[in-house]
Amino acid sequence: MEFKRITIVCGHYGSGKTNVALNIAYNLKAQGKKVSIADLDIVNPYFRTKDSVDELKAMGIELICSDYAGSNLDIPALPDRMYAITDDRSSNFVLDIGGDDRGALALGRLAPAIIKENNYEMLAVINKYRPLTRDTDSTVEVLREIEFAGGIPFTAIVNNSNLGDDTDSNTVIDSLAYAKSISDIMKIPIAFTSYDERLSTELSGKIDNGFKLKMQKSLLKKEC
Amino acid sequence: MADKVLMKGNEAIAEAAIIAGCRHYFGYPITPQTEVAAYMAKKMPKIGGTFLQAESEIAAINMVYGVSSAGKRVMTSSSSPGISLKSEGLSYLAGADLPAFVVNVQRGGPGLGGIQPSQSDYFQATRGGGHGDYHMVVYAPASVQEMASLTVKAFDTADKYRMTAMILADGTMGQMMEPVDLESLKVEPAPEKPWATTGTDNKREHNIINSLYLKPEQLEQVNFDRFKRYEQVEANEVMFEEYLMDDAEICVAAFGIAARVSKNAINAARANGIKAGMIRPITLWPFPKDVFKKAAEKIHAFISVELSMGQMIEDVKLATECKAKYMLCNRVGGMIPLPDQVLASIEEAANGGEK
Repeated sequence: MEFKRITIVCGHYGSGKTNVALNIAYNLKAQGKKVSIADLDIVNPYFRTKDSVDELKAMGIELICSDYAGSNLDIPALPDRMYAITDDRSSNFVLDIGGDDRGALALGRLAPAIIKENNYEMLAVINKYRPLTRDTDSTVEVLREIEFAGGIPFTAIVNNSNLGDDTDSNTVIDSLAYAKSISDIMKIPIAFTSYDERLSTELSGKIDNGFKLKMQKSLLKKEC
Repeated sequence: MADKVLMKGNEAIAEAAIIAGCRHYFGYPITPQTEVAAYMAKKMPKIGGTFLQAESEIAAINMVYGVSSAGKRVMTSSSSPGISLKSEGLSYLAGADLPAFVVNVQRGGPGLGGIQPSQSDYFQATRGGGHGDYHMVVYAPASVQEMASLTVKAFDTADKYRMTAMILADGTMGQMMEPVDLESLKVEPAPEKPWATTGTDNKREHNIINSLYLKPEQLEQVNFDRFKRYEQVEANEVMFEEYLMDDAEICVAAFGIAARVSKNAINAARANGIKAGMIRPITLWPFPKDVFKKAAEKIHAFISVELSMGQMIEDVKLATECKAKYMLCNRVGGMIPLPDQVLASIEEAANGGEK
C-alpha cells in the first residue's frame, strides 16, 4: 500500500486510531522504509502506542512519545522529538492523534509545516459500532470538529468498523454502506477498510481496498 | 449481533444511566473516569437532560442532593481522590435518606496517587466513606456489559431503599472496550416518591429533606429505622458469581478486573490437577457472607486477589469466621496481578500455604 511521507491518523476516541497507526507503521517498515510512529495523544493516558514499545523496538520502528505516556502522571504533554516529523524529511512518520477535537489540537503546532510540504495524508478513522458515531450524521459531525481543531482537512477515510472480539466478516461487510455515505458527504475517498487478518479468507474478494491488521495493540484484555 | 455496540466501560455507565431515566449529571473531570462526563456532555443536551461540570466535586455531590430531593434520578461520577471530596455529601445523602447513583472508577492512592487502576477504595466504599452510621449498596462490575447492567440495577436499588448505590470499578474497567448489548437492559419504572419536594400545590404538608434532628431520641430512632432497611438490603440484594466451586478445595475471592485475571489462573490450576474455584462478589456491600460461610465448610484455603494492600480479605475472614487459611495475592499503585502470580498463590495454597 502506498503512503505519503506523513500519515496522520485521527478520529473519534475508541475508533481504533492507535491500532491503525501501528499497522500502517508496520506496513511501511515491511516495505523497507525508515519509519517513526509519533504518539501525540494528549487526551487519554490509558492504552497508548507506548504499550507496544517492545514490539516496535524489535521491528526497528522509532517510537516518539511523551515521557509521561503510560506513567502515573496525567499530563497532556507532547514530546520534543515531535519536531522531527516536519524537520527530518528522510523518514516516514505515522502520527497517532488523540481522540476528538480536543486531541486534534495537538496537530496545530505542526499543521502549517505539514501543509507547506504537502506530502501527507490526513486519515479519518471511523467505526460504525461506537455509540456516538453509529450513523452518518453523527460521524460527520465529529469529523468536522476534528478537522477544525487540527487545522488540516481530512484527505481520506479509514473504515475500521469493528466490535472487538465479537467482530466477524458480516460486522465488516455491514459497515461498507456507512463508510461509503460518509465518503460521499465529505467528498473524500475511502483509503482502505481495515480488519483483523484472521478474517482474511472470509473477506477475500468482498472488499475493495482491504487492509489487514497484522499487529494487535497489546492490551491487558488479551490476557484476561 | 448487529445491535451490539463497542463501548468503553465509562461510556457504558453513561449510556445505561440515560436508559435508566437519569437526566441529570453533575461531575468534575478526573482520570480514569472522564469519559463518563464527556459522554454525558455530548448526549444530555440532545435528550433534554442536564450536564453540568461543577466548580468542584463538593459542588457536584450537593447538586446531586438537590435533584434527588426533587425526586429525579441523578448521578455523579469520579475517581478515588474525587470521591473522598464527595464523602461529606454521601453522608448527607444517607442522613436525608435520598436515593443517588455514584460511580467511583478507582485509581492508585493514597493521596494524589496515580491514574492507573486500583481497588484500594474498598474500605471507603463498603464502610460508607463519610461520617456517621450508614451504608451504600456497592456494585463491582467485571465486564463492560456489567458496567451497563449494574448501572441500571443501581438506580432501581437506590430508589427502592432510598439510599446511595455505587459502582466501584477500577481504571481498567472504565477504559477497556468490549461489545455491549444495550437492548437487553431491563429498566424498572422509578417508584412514586411521595417524600420529594415537588411543590405542595397547597394540597399537602411540606415535605422536608434534612439530616438534622434536634432531639437525640429522635435521631436514634431514625438510625434504628434506617438499619432495619439495611437488613432488607442484606436479605434481598446480595449478588455474586461462583466459578468451578462445586468440588473446589481452594477458593479465590476476587472482584472486578482481579476476578478476570483469576479466572485464567484457576483454569491453569485445574489443568495442573488443582481443584481451585472462585467466588466473585458482585455486591461488595452487602457482602455475600452466606456463600463464603458455606464454602468454608470444605475449603481449606481462601486466596483474596486484590489491587489493594488487602481490604476485602477482612470480609472474607469475617464471613468464614477465620476457619480456613487465608492468603493475599495483590499488586498496588496502579499495577495489576497477572495470571501467573495468582497461579503461584494457588499452587502455594495447594502445597500447604500459610496461616
